[in-house]
Amino acid sequence: MTTEENIISELSAKFNYLSGKITIQRPRRIYLEVGLENFLEVFDYIVKKLGFSHLCTITGLDEAQNLGFIYHLAKAPGLLINLKTSVLKENPVLKSVMEYFPSAEIYERELVDLFGAKVEGLPQGHRYPLTDDWPKEQFPLRKDWKLAEHKK
Amino acid sequence: MHDSHDFKIPVGPQHPALKEPESFSLALKGEKIMGVDIRLGYNHRGIEKACEERSYIQDVYLIERICGICSHAHSTCFVQAVEEIAGLAVPRRALYIRTLVAELERIHSHLLWLGVAGHEIGFDTLLMYAWRDREIVMDILALLTGNRVNYGINTIGGVRRDIDADEIQQILKAMDTLEERTKYYIEVVTEETTIIERLAGVGVLSHDDALRLDAVGPTARASEVKRDVRSDDPYAAYGEIPFNVITDNHNDVYGRTVVRVKELMEAYQIIRFALKNLPEGPIEVKAPRKIPAGEAVSRYEAPRGENVHYVKANGTENPERVKVRAPTLANVQAVKHMLKDRFLADMSIVVAAIDPCFSCTDRLISIKNLDNADTKIINWEEIHSYGIKWYAERGVDFSDLNKRFAERMGNR
Repeated sequence: MTTEENIISELSAKFNYLSGKITIQRPRRIYLEVGLENFLEVFDYIVKKLGFSHLCTITGLDEAQNLGFIYHLAKAPGLLINLKTSVLKENPVLKSVMEYFPSAEIYERELVDLFGAKVEGLPQGHRYPLTDDWPKEQFPLRKDWKLAEHKK
Repeated sequence: MHDSHDFKIPVGPQHPALKEPESFSLALKGEKIMGVDIRLGYNHRGIEKACEERSYIQDVYLIERICGICSHAHSTCFVQAVEEIAGLAVPRRALYIRTLVAELERIHSHLLWLGVAGHEIGFDTLLMYAWRDREIVMDILALLTGNRVNYGINTIGGVRRDIDADEIQQILKAMDTLEERTKYYIEVVTEETTIIERLAGVGVLSHDDALRLDAVGPTARASEVKRDVRSDDPYAAYGEIPFNVITDNHNDVYGRTVVRVKELMEAYQIIRFALKNLPEGPIEVKAPRKIPAGEAVSRYEAPRGENVHYVKANGTENPERVKVRAPTLANVQAVKHMLKDRFLADMSIVVAAIDPCFSCTDRLISIKNLDNADTKIINWEEIHSYGIKWYAERGVDFSDLNKRFAERMGNR
């Protein structure tokens, strides 16, 4: 078995609900999706037990009813797990992963500014990347936000 | 006198010591930095949103303009993701040409950094030397791609320009000159007391902290973190090219300088290997206008560190989502850590040592004559000779200097 297949079988054995839901798109690229209720335990296991100790970034996605978040976690040499979770757009609350990765701060602030996510556990601080006088409740990377409507 | 009194001083968003807008608020006790507060985002241009509203091929050019220095890094990272989704088999010759331009870009970027680093510590001779030599690689990039920056060499499915035997000879000749010059820089960096004394022990980032704070690129490698996408997760032709990942254990600005000058030497070897083993064949495959639904994550070792692009396709001509994480963002936490408990005077070199990005010049210059309102476009050759003539009229003659430089190169 390849390293990637080993990781899949280990994850599937540990978390039943993941079996059959993990894909290898190409060598070194693993994709999986978990519900928000299971997110932290899977995240914890991948970081602490499987040793994916480098957070590349967090990608936000607008998926109609939901907001999706992909955590790109890397492990030497070159392995990358793309762990996705999603929340309802009406109540887009998720937990900060700053206790695992201090570098997550700036990526989580991006989710707050551009997607309107509410990240619990994110300390007080400057917003990023929008300006301080950016209008409230305007989240530019949501699909219903159109630049033309905001050009004055 | 006022020991318990903390001063807060703002540096930026516009500040002579910064090359691009960002804002540092430094809490000082005497000359010591007690805490750093960084505000970013002044350069946010909404490129990710703009990508969703344009076609893939338009996005290649838009993405290339994220940065004027590592433009090839961004365009390559993006097209790699799109090619993975579309299942395109990019011809090997194209992969080698991408690698070639990538390393040329690394050379120009590292030489540029070396000059800036020299400037930040008041060693402007080094700036003049490094930037003069950087012109050699800028000329090669212009020769291969037609541009000094924003090369436009990539397209989805391959590259847009082939290279010929004459160009290969010119590149090899340039590599020889640059290698000689780099040997000299390695000598300067490792033996010149002024540099060592100024840089050693400044901007310390321990090995553990580099790992904990997810540092990337030369910043991480100077803390002995062997993290380099070119060897960890090979893309383009790097899987077929032997090279060393340079690391250093000084954990400071000095180490970051050593890593960069040594990486220059590796770049010359990679280029020589790529040119010697350049495969024959086509340089691109035809890419569909509509990219089938799918997603891909692409990683790329830019001169400043790991570049990450995520692309999601929905079967149309425009991407559903494009996410870009440039290396400077990954190193922000590390900078915060490096500045704490250090002296205010170290700030500019510590910040410069992660090599944050800034823009470059264009190749054509438009000159407006204010007296008669005539506009004249002059090309690079003309401005070059104009510069020499301008100085010659004022009694500064470079021909002797150039001759001595050539002799010295010959003697080595």
